[in-house]
Amino acid sequence: MNWTAIWSIYRFEMARFFRTLFQSFLSPVLSTSLYFVVFGAAIGSRIDQVDGIAYGAFIVPGLIMLSVMTQSISNASFGIYFPKFIGTIYELLSAPVNFLEIVLGYVGAAATKALFIGTVILATSTLFVDITIAHPLAMVLFLVLTCLSFALLGFIIGIWAKNFEQLQLVPLLIVTPLVFLGGSFYSISMLPPIWQKITLFNPVVYLISGFRWSFFGASDVPVGTSLLAIGVFTALCLGVIWWIFKTGWRIRS
Amino acid sequence: MAAILSISDLRKSYEGGFEALKGVSLDIDEGEILALLGPNGAGKTTLISTVCGIITPTSGSVRVGGHCIIEDFRAARALVGLVPQEINLEPFEKVINSVRFSRGLFGKPKNEPLIEDILKKLSLWDKRNAQVKELSGGMKRRVLIAKALAHEPRVLFLDEPTAGVDVELRKDMWEVVQELKDGGVTIILTTHYIEEAEAIADRVGVIADGQILLVKDKDDLMAQLGQKQLCVHLSAPIKEVPSSLATHDLELNQEGDALIYSYDTKAERTGITALLNDVAAAGLVLADVSTRQSSLEDIFVGLVSGEKS
Repeated sequence: MNWTAIWSIYRFEMARFFRTLFQSFLSPVLSTSLYFVVFGAAIGSRIDQVDGIAYGAFIVPGLIMLSVMTQSISNASFGIYFPKFIGTIYELLSAPVNFLEIVLGYVGAAATKALFIGTVILATSTLFVDITIAHPLAMVLFLVLTCLSFALLGFIIGIWAKNFEQLQLVPLLIVTPLVFLGGSFYSISMLPPIWQKITLFNPVVYLISGFRWSFFGASDVPVGTSLLAIGVFTALCLGVIWWIFKTGWRIRS
Repeated sequence: MAAILSISDLRKSYEGGFEALKGVSLDIDEGEILALLGPNGAGKTTLISTVCGIITPTSGSVRVGGHCIIEDFRAARALVGLVPQEINLEPFEKVINSVRFSRGLFGKPKNEPLIEDILKKLSLWDKRNAQVKELSGGMKRRVLIAKALAHEPRVLFLDEPTAGVDVELRKDMWEVVQELKDGGVTIILTTHYIEEAEAIADRVGVIADGQILLVKDKDDLMAQLGQKQLCVHLSAPIKEVPSSLATHDLELNQEGDALIYSYDTKAERTGITALLNDVAAAGLVLADVSTRQSSLEDIFVGLVSGEKS
């Protein structure tokens, strides 16, 4: 294993993040505050409780997940698309590194950035609502696994994309709807029975449910199922990336 | 001398049937400078990219320092540095960080004195903390060279290193290449500038249409294939070549005061003695005699046009 190479890629990618630290920090704080003002204070004041939890607090895990998933995807997809776009990928392809090392460097950096933003949102939310975390270790585990698995998905999107429009396409058309419909702002039990069944096909439901369980000890689906869902999703993404590097699809002619 | 790079029957076909490399075989000795000449689309960049691992070969084998580039890619790639044709650089990163990244990517531990030395040799030390986007085109090209040298490669590929570079900087680059060679680095460079090959190469390879047409020692090549011209300057101009000299296939220059005779240095008899005797017999008085050897460019154009016809 070329650990020096992994560390080099990771540091190079993190340097990009630190160059724009202010924007990276300000944007999630601002959007989270807006969500709390709109959903927490304005609309939330008319909603009593969901599953016995104050609505303002109920949406915190969903809000964190929403940002973490979109940030993981956009960071990782941009991270690998940019070298493709400007041509610096030649250096990666001609270096003595294998696919796993490249993935660990890029995905690790993208996941770290998303984790940082998730933490910032959690800290911001404490300014608006009282939060107690029932299972802190499980919360960190779910957060890290979500960051990693969605960064893997972002990496695939970055390799697949042929232009900047395509880079935005999957997050906009698929991921955002799945996250919004995955119970970020509501409990699945609030849906009509038929939709409760349909929504179980949405993989994001399992992630949000598991994450919410780590906060409040209550979940829409069993925690074990949530962990299994993340595991399957991560394995699937890794499998696709392994295939990409084996065949050189869209990176090596 | 042992071959540090050994290419055997290398082929690359793309979907759609285009064959970019048609069975290229080439051995490159350690420590030499090989200039690869060829017209646009000849396969120069494809050949380099395949050796470096950017393009997957269709068939054939490449060994660097005895290591197969597919089965033992780590050991093979660790020996190779690449300076690409296009200026591909992360624009927002500092020069020194970009070079450090390249070293780390190849798994080499931190070595700041080495990085400093490379940047100083390439006159980039003063710009080490500048963002790459702030640099001029020539400087960016030098950053590419610095990045390629950061992991101390034994074989360096320079894909048209002086394309679009002014004459002064080109000469600087040649000095850098010579220094690298003195340090034992094997260098393969592609170029459009024949004078570049003539100035710095030990051997010259000519590639066209995905095939190596010739690889020869530069001096041997010029001596063996070079046509020479003998120019017989006359003390008084004449209107036409005298009929007694017709067998020598002479040309008269525009001013009518010089006879030009082309001959092959490889030939058993150059015909110079007979020509000079006949010139004297024809009553012409000589003012001067000079010779000119054809350049590598003449040889190159002759080879490539011969391949096309």
